[in-house]
Amino acid sequence: MPRVLLIEDDPSIREGVGLGLRRRGHDVQAAETGEEGLALMATFHPELVLLDLMLPGINGVQVCHRIRQTSEVPIIMLTARGDDFDIVIGLEAGADDYIVKPARTEVIEARIKAVLRRLSDPVGTRPGIETHGELAIDRAGLTVAKNGERVALAPSEIKLLLHLSASPEQVFSRQQLLEYVWDHSYHADARLVDACVRRLRHKIEDPARSPRYIQTVRGFGYRFGPL
Amino acid sequence: MRRIAPLGLRTRLIAAFLLVAAISAGTTAALTYQQARNAILKQTQDTAVSTLRDQVEQQEVRLPLEQQELQRIVIELGKRGKPHPWIIFGEYGGTRVSTNPGTPTSTVITDSLRDRVRNNQYAAFQRVEDQRGNPWLTIGVPAVFEHNGYTEATGVVFYASVPLSTEKQTVEAMVEAAQQGAVPGLAIAVVPALLAARSVLRPVRDMRRAAQKLGRGRLDTRIEVRGADELAGLARTFNETARALEQSVRELQEAETRARRFASDVSHELRTPLAGMLAVTEVLDEDAARLDADTAKALHLVSAETGKLAVLVEDLMEISRFDARAAELNLDDVDIAEAVRKTLERRHWDDDRVVTELPDGVRARLDPRRFDVVLANLVGNALRHGGAPVHVTVSTASGGDGERLLIDVADSGPGIAPEVLPHIFDRFFKADAARTRSAGSGLGLAITLENVRLHGGTLRAGNRPEGGAFFTLDMPLEARA
Repeated sequence: MPRVLLIEDDPSIREGVGLGLRRRGHDVQAAETGEEGLALMATFHPELVLLDLMLPGINGVQVCHRIRQTSEVPIIMLTARGDDFDIVIGLEAGADDYIVKPARTEVIEARIKAVLRRLSDPVGTRPGIETHGELAIDRAGLTVAKNGERVALAPSEIKLLLHLSASPEQVFSRQQLLEYVWDHSYHADARLVDACVRRLRHKIEDPARSPRYIQTVRGFGYRFGPL
Repeated sequence: MRRIAPLGLRTRLIAAFLLVAAISAGTTAALTYQQARNAILKQTQDTAVSTLRDQVEQQEVRLPLEQQELQRIVIELGKRGKPHPWIIFGEYGGTRVSTNPGTPTSTVITDSLRDRVRNNQYAAFQRVEDQRGNPWLTIGVPAVFEHNGYTEATGVVFYASVPLSTEKQTVEAMVEAAQQGAVPGLAIAVVPALLAARSVLRPVRDMRRAAQKLGRGRLDTRIEVRGADELAGLARTFNETARALEQSVRELQEAETRARRFASDVSHELRTPLAGMLAVTEVLDEDAARLDADTAKALHLVSAETGKLAVLVEDLMEISRFDARAAELNLDDVDIAEAVRKTLERRHWDDDRVVTELPDGVRARLDPRRFDVVLANLVGNALRHGGAPVHVTVSTASGGDGERLLIDVADSGPGIAPEVLPHIFDRFFKADAARTRSAGSGLGLAITLENVRLHGGTLRAGNRPEGGAFFTLDMPLEARA
């Protein structure tokens, strides 16, 4: 079972969520502050981070930034509905998903599993490396290189890229992407998709030109290519 | 507004002013005319009557009187006309003489004058007009003699006819002067009337503007108070009223803001402990089986109620955000039929309890999460309080500002009681007073309505003629954030 780092300042949530997840077999380490959490990153090597956005000291968004500087570990934000601005900032900072508090343990675990799930290839597992323009996508190894240089992608980013590039030029609506890539319901938050697309474009697109790989289809959604 | 009113305040003020001016000018002129005319005529009359009487007295009348003698007296009297030259007529029995040899009798001396003079031995006079409309004063004086202290008539009567054309001209000149004075006088009176109207109307106009502004919600509107008249008093009262109104509204708003902030703060504070509790309810549920029956029941109760409490707190938070206008639309383009199907699927309503009529290929721009909440609430409500089958019909219509999305949710239940209908969207409104807690938070339809409004739409509830309740959602196909 995965190692989960829980960074949450409120003791009741920290203990409650910690207890719930441990009972389901997760290896949970809890941190009270962002600083403590960042310290645990080096020693605990978590496979997933549950991160409260409202933290004393350095806040959740800053913690998210710091983690992303060195690691592509999946990050799920814990937030309250209505903290819309924080959600957007957190997603821009590189979080893969978010959970609205209060939430049952089964909901939290479902999100954890969804983020950790390897994307099943709709076309079937194809060995070898695909090239799309300057991009080389290794579906088996889950790595992406641009001009031969490896691009570090967070789990949601690589899943989105793999999903879109599996069916080039096919348009996917945000709701479809939320269902396929995030395992969310159809009516989930489309900002997850938009933020992820922005991060992905920032990493793989040429900043001087309009996007080539991840293209917006106005009124519908996104597609990969045509190149 | 001003154009529609038949007579404005200004017109009425000026009209009233001119009317007063005209009445006073007319009355003054009429009275002056009356008095002056009487004075002029009386003076002429008195002078003429007394002169004739004096002259007649000085004449010695010896009876019997010959025509020559009468003629002589008449000519003698004729020379002494005062204040104007007059014509004298003498009458004695059948003898008629006058200062005009051609006309021995006058046309202006009436029989009534003759009767009055003959009957009572006194001088009498009359004002008459001849055929040509010239005014005449006719005087009759009987010649008398005294006998043993009694006055006795001689039977001789002298008549004088005095032309009053000079007096007539004087009076006419006065009338003309009054007319000529009154018309320019009225014209001049328009100027002060306008000034007065202006000085009255300006504060009135200011006040109207201020009242309009106040009505539009500018409660800090005040009027400049000028002078110390009634209008200034009115302005002062207006200002005091506005100030009091502003104060009360501010207090109300503050109270409302405090109440809302309190609700929001309470929900916020409840959320954190609830998050901890909700995370461990599962633990309670799982382990309850191994405990004794009472403890297990208690744990299930705690677990179930924690879940309900969490829903309630979330709904309260949501309502607070609507109240604080902090609710945001996260718009996305969706296929409406797919969105409806997914909502039903997610709640396992995709069996024959819900009958849908969905048009293909209709795309809408809306907040998918809020749309899901709206539809789930409407269908859930129909299933819970109405009855299956629930019909969900989606259609589009062109409205005044773009295409509209219409969603009709109709159930097959008993319908909504008429007394409940107006309150159906009220917060925590319980249709059945005996049922203290419904399955939902009691905020479901209130939140649904707010979500629809946030999309710029409306939500109506009613009963179908064939039975069962319906809810009709009408919102723009493309919502604007």
